[in-house]
Amino acid sequence: MTTAEPHREWPGSTLTRVPYWVYQDDANYRAELRRIFEGPVWNYVCLEVDLPRAGDYRTTFVGEMPVVVVRGAEGQIHAWENRCAHRGALIALDDGGNAGKRFQCVYHAWSYDLEGSLTSVAFEKGAQGRGGMPASFCKAEHGPRKLRTATLGGLVFASLSPEAPPLEDYLGEAVRARLLRVLGKPVEVLGRFVQALPNNWKLYVENVKDTYHASLLHTFFSTFRITRLTQGGGVLVSPDGAHHASATIDRSDDRDSSAYRDQDIRSEKDRFRLHDPSLLDTVKEFGDDIQLQILTVFPSLVVQQVYNALAVRQVIPKGPDAMELHWTYLGFTDDTPEMRRRRLRQANLVGPAGYVSMEDGCVGGFVQRGVATASDTLSVINMGGEGAESQDTRATESAVRGFWKAYRGYMDY
Amino acid sequence: MLEHVAQLNAEYARAIDDDRLEDWPGFFTEPCLYTITSAENHRLKLPAGIIYADSQGMLKDRVAALREANIYERQAYRHLVGLPARMGESGGELRAETPFLVVRIMRDGRMDLFATGRYLDVIVQEGVALRFRERVVVCDSARIDTLLAIPL
Repeated sequence: MTTAEPHREWPGSTLTRVPYWVYQDDANYRAELRRIFEGPVWNYVCLEVDLPRAGDYRTTFVGEMPVVVVRGAEGQIHAWENRCAHRGALIALDDGGNAGKRFQCVYHAWSYDLEGSLTSVAFEKGAQGRGGMPASFCKAEHGPRKLRTATLGGLVFASLSPEAPPLEDYLGEAVRARLLRVLGKPVEVLGRFVQALPNNWKLYVENVKDTYHASLLHTFFSTFRITRLTQGGGVLVSPDGAHHASATIDRSDDRDSSAYRDQDIRSEKDRFRLHDPSLLDTVKEFGDDIQLQILTVFPSLVVQQVYNALAVRQVIPKGPDAMELHWTYLGFTDDTPEMRRRRLRQANLVGPAGYVSMEDGCVGGFVQRGVATASDTLSVINMGGEGAESQDTRATESAVRGFWKAYRGYMDY
Repeated sequence: MLEHVAQLNAEYARAIDDDRLEDWPGFFTEPCLYTITSAENHRLKLPAGIIYADSQGMLKDRVAALREANIYERQAYRHLVGLPARMGESGGELRAETPFLVVRIMRDGRMDLFATGRYLDVIVQEGVALRFRERVVVCDSARIDTLLAIPL
């Protein structure tokens, strides 16, 4: 690992051009971990429902930093670096569980309370009068880094930086409302999967913010005549560009429009019908006509409503050219059996084998491989103009430009 | 009977590995349950699957989507399917558990151990054929490399 500062110059000020080295450069990647993930942002780390009782914990990552998230004795949620203050070993080794009142490092049995403070050192006074720690050793001066935590809509966020604004201000009112639109009542976990993607983490985040690609790359809906870009909807971009929420509005009156046919694109080539169209039997459960809402919280969270299939996706970088996507499929605790079955069936649309998400697993790798020797070449992000404002169309890359606007701010480019 | 289950498993694997996906729904009853999950989700009784189909139509739609709609690099599987263990039998239904290993072969020749796990099956006789009323594919790992296109 290198701690070198990034040494590249950003080419120009426009948001519409991005150099390919940003997906490749190791020094840039290491700087992202410090300036973004460990910087003044809020990282999604787990669900509140993952930690129902005191001592319940989950392990996860903030960037590449291993983190423990744990429910304290008084009900508050703590997060701290999963690293023993002594020799640096992982303190918690499992995905989650209940720690009781303390964590203990397996290596030399140093113990931590649920807040991540060092409380005892094995043989601190030595054994039989010999050895032990110097009298000057102060436990309060040693411990893993602690993160601030905040919750919203049952999601737990953590920040390593005292400079991150309060979570509500970080999200802004509009994105916050769209998040709570979906996560407005207690959730239940329906399943968890991990998808290992062969690409830089930003290629996935851009993909999620890219409303332009959806019906072009994912031809399931158009092949089976279900939805298309000419349907209503749009994209909301937070003022700083960092977060977004896209929406597809249910309007069934334009299914035979010629907009796609005239583009001579793959989506329109053939027409099929589902053998079992009940896959898409959908209940409008949020009091509006939004069929699909994809929301991102910078840098690493996606909240998804695809019909009645709900999930959170956590982006975890694993080097300049690899990442993991941690999927948590959700329902609500008050789901009827019919609603539960509907969510399980509609989960076919998303995830590593999703009808409208499988391609997102490979397309980032296509870019990563395609730009192998094009580090100083620029990609073109011009759809829908040059700005990063909210737009009432999805034929735009406004939210992608928003990502770069925020990214360059954090990275000081 | 287990010999017939082993034969059913062998035919199922050959249909997928030989890219005869159109034959795949025919291995199931109507209605049916086919789902792919992980050992961890299975242990915790979390019901969501990477694929979840409870009708012949959903199986056919999966194949149609792979053929006509979904984009993924050309790839193939090689299933190695172990011997079925008989887990019980009642009311004309046989329960069996069978371990599997799937190697994924990509178009550039790269071969990876893509999945290991076990099939938890409920098998019934329909006419002369055995069919799956349920096939729950429990992958040992919850981690999927890149994407899962072809069914396991």
